[in-house]
Amino acid sequence: MIFSFTKIGMKLILIVSLTVIIIFAVFAYFSIQDQSENLITEVERHANQLSETIRHSTRFDMLANRREHVHNIINRIGEESSITNLRILNKEGEIIYSIHQDEIGEMVDKNAESCYACHAENQPLQKLSIQERTRIFRIDPDSSRTLGIINPIYNEQTCWEADCHAHSEKQTVLGVLDIAVSLSEIDKVADQSSMNMIIYTLFAILLIAIVLRLAVKNLIRKPVQNLVKATNYVAIGNLNHRIASSRRDELGQLANSFDNMTKNLSEMRMQLFQSDKLASLGKLAAGVAHEINNPLTGVLTYSSFLLKRAQDNPEMKADLEVIVRETKRSREIVKGLLDFSRQSTPRRGKVNVNEVIENAITIVSNQLKINHVELKKEMLNTLPEISGDANQVQQVILNLIVNAIDALGNKGGKIEIVTTETRLSPYGVTKIRNATCPKGHDLMDSEHKIDGRPSIKLKAKSGKNEGFIHLDPVYGNHNHHYGIEFNKNEIIKLFCPQCGISLVDENDKGPDCGAPVYNLIIPEQGILKGCTKFGCGWQKWDFVDKSGDRNFVEIKISDNGCGINKDDLDKIFDPFFTTKGQKGTGLGLSVIWGIVDNHKGKISVESVVDKGTTFTINLPE
Amino acid sequence: MKESTDILVIDDEIVILDAIKKIASLIDLTSDTCLNVDEALNNLNQKKYNLIICDIMMPDKDGFELLHIIRQKRIQTPIVITTGFSTLENAVKALYEGAIGFIPKPFSVDELTSIIKRGLEYGKIFTAQNSFTKSKNEDLLSFVPCPPKYYRLGYDSWMNKSSEGTVLIGVTDLFLKSIGMIKEIDFMKPEETVYQGGTCLKIYDNNEFSHQVIAPISGKIIDINEKVIVNKSLLEKDPYFQGWIYRMIPENLEHEINNIIPCSSDI
Repeated sequence: MIFSFTKIGMKLILIVSLTVIIIFAVFAYFSIQDQSENLITEVERHANQLSETIRHSTRFDMLANRREHVHNIINRIGEESSITNLRILNKEGEIIYSIHQDEIGEMVDKNAESCYACHAENQPLQKLSIQERTRIFRIDPDSSRTLGIINPIYNEQTCWEADCHAHSEKQTVLGVLDIAVSLSEIDKVADQSSMNMIIYTLFAILLIAIVLRLAVKNLIRKPVQNLVKATNYVAIGNLNHRIASSRRDELGQLANSFDNMTKNLSEMRMQLFQSDKLASLGKLAAGVAHEINNPLTGVLTYSSFLLKRAQDNPEMKADLEVIVRETKRSREIVKGLLDFSRQSTPRRGKVNVNEVIENAITIVSNQLKINHVELKKEMLNTLPEISGDANQVQQVILNLIVNAIDALGNKGGKIEIVTTETRLSPYGVTKIRNATCPKGHDLMDSEHKIDGRPSIKLKAKSGKNEGFIHLDPVYGNHNHHYGIEFNKNEIIKLFCPQCGISLVDENDKGPDCGAPVYNLIIPEQGILKGCTKFGCGWQKWDFVDKSGDRNFVEIKISDNGCGINKDDLDKIFDPFFTTKGQKGTGLGLSVIWGIVDNHKGKISVESVVDKGTTFTINLPE
Repeated sequence: MKESTDILVIDDEIVILDAIKKIASLIDLTSDTCLNVDEALNNLNQKKYNLIICDIMMPDKDGFELLHIIRQKRIQTPIVITTGFSTLENAVKALYEGAIGFIPKPFSVDELTSIIKRGLEYGKIFTAQNSFTKSKNEDLLSFVPCPPKYYRLGYDSWMNKSSEGTVLIGVTDLFLKSIGMIKEIDFMKPEETVYQGGTCLKIYDNNEFSHQVIAPISGKIIDINEKVIVNKSLLEKDPYFQGWIYRMIPENLEHEINNIIPCSSDI
């Protein structure tokens, strides 16, 4: 499996190895070629020098016609192992001197190696350049290469004037000095170089393979295997598995977006599950309503019938009136159930919050009684209507009252519902749903939520420290989360976490403390400015400030129950967070949060353990 | 001449049948009861009834099927639909299919009494109308039908598209005639939302019975006809023009207009 060619690692190793082989082969070919050429040039020069030396050293003996001396010199020089042949031919091609004694007196053909250079053309050449004097050949195919050099001996005055009168004045070339030098040494060196090159190549390939294998294993195989494992988990339905990769490369990004996807999937699945449950509950409620309405009709008609007949009997009349009243109340409760089953289609309209609260109280009135809850209402009669979905608002109120009853437990207690009208500036209320850097990179981080909303992620520098700051996404709120430590009053440098562009305008100073101002682009809604000084809360968003203060309906629902501890307080609006164990789905408050958010409102909670909890909802008119 | 009984009640629950029978007898009306639609059709073949009260959800044939069959047989008897599954959709569907009234269960004695009285009035008006039409004397029509271009929800209410995307809604002449003298009208408030199939107006007659008008279309009320508030008789004199009730911004006109009847089809 490991060496299968289908794996990325093996494919990579194969490709890189082939490339290395080609590069080394080309390199080796030219380098060896070059090297051997240099060596040959050197040998050539050496042989040439030798040839000149012999010509000069035999000159005197030639002139004196001391042939024994010339033989001696040639034999002596010819003893050197690299010289394979050393001979002098006369013009007719007869070998006069040679280190091989048996050759002397033999005639050399015009096509022989020694003569070829000059006699290749029809007309023999008189002069030869140094390059032309040398040639490389093999005596027979199996022998090593040999370098031959011919040195023509030209006619000089001293030659034809010598006592021997062997040469006439008309001759140009008297003979040829022919030396053959073995190139076996050079070939050996070249072979050695080739061998070395092959060894280097193999070694390089091996090294690259090892390095690549390790790199592929760590950079690709492990993260890919993790991803494959995670997809398999998702495939079998486990949406809680997270890869949690800390890498910052492409595979790390893939893993993070995979995590994000599974997280959203699991949330969606839970919501689907929940809405499915609600839908079947709705169907059930509608069915139950229908079934209950028939017997209620009996009760209501007969009791009101009796009531009509009991006009003369005050005692009986009073009792019957109770029956009629309570039956009518039952009718309203059933009507509430039917309304609940229709909740799937939200209808927006004008909502009278007080009325909605009264309706909600009717539904839970029995529960309040059973749990010994004392309900106190303080409703503003002149409360303006809000625009929204009455059913959804009722769901919010109902959920909060039920939560309050749960918080009170068996002992009972007090629940207080207060409605008032308030005027709130956009500061501290308006949500920042979208923010970018000047280059258009999204700064919103849905992974890191503050009060249930995606925060604004910025890169921050403090001295040599670097880290992230998550800004509170509510304009004017300062529940920022700091990833690194800052000194008091420190000026924080802020950058886009994606492109690193500075978000601070050094020329723009905040009015409160004179520190530079950071700018966040809010798409289609202007620019949000804020102070970079640690601890300074100045923020300005002209686009939103322009619209001025708005009227809100405020609903406060308080209980004096068990309260919520501080650690849980941050999490209560998160989906699936529950303190009720198996009894709760953990969706109640997150659904409420969603409804309030949809109505462009605000929900906040204050709680002291064992003292009680107050939920405050502000809904715009 | 067939034997005549006042009311035919159809419901699959005996307790409801008994209750309605008792209420009818309270106002000196005779009634027959049936447990299903087939039995009722049988009765209708043998007897003449002035009013039918029918449940929706019943085994075999439901109340809508009865409405259908009765319309096919051209039986003039007015029908009131009642149900324990009282959704807005059911109310709209019942009136669209030809019922003259819709009363959700559970009802009180007074609620049912008022709708029975109104239903019997419808019957009388229809009968009168028929004899007038036969005599070809159109000037003597006993009620004014709603004008063409208008839409109506059953015989309860009408809707007319007005300028700038608003609609006017009002009560049909037949509904008003069936009530008799108007003592008081209970209006909704501006800015309130009415729903198609939901109550939009309560009219009290001289006998303190309340009659609920079902809205033809959903929307937000932006204006109430002050003249009608001041002068109730205007409603009776000119129910389709001067006597409009609410001006509204419709919520889902495109879809809801399919649930109401164009008045041009009446002529």
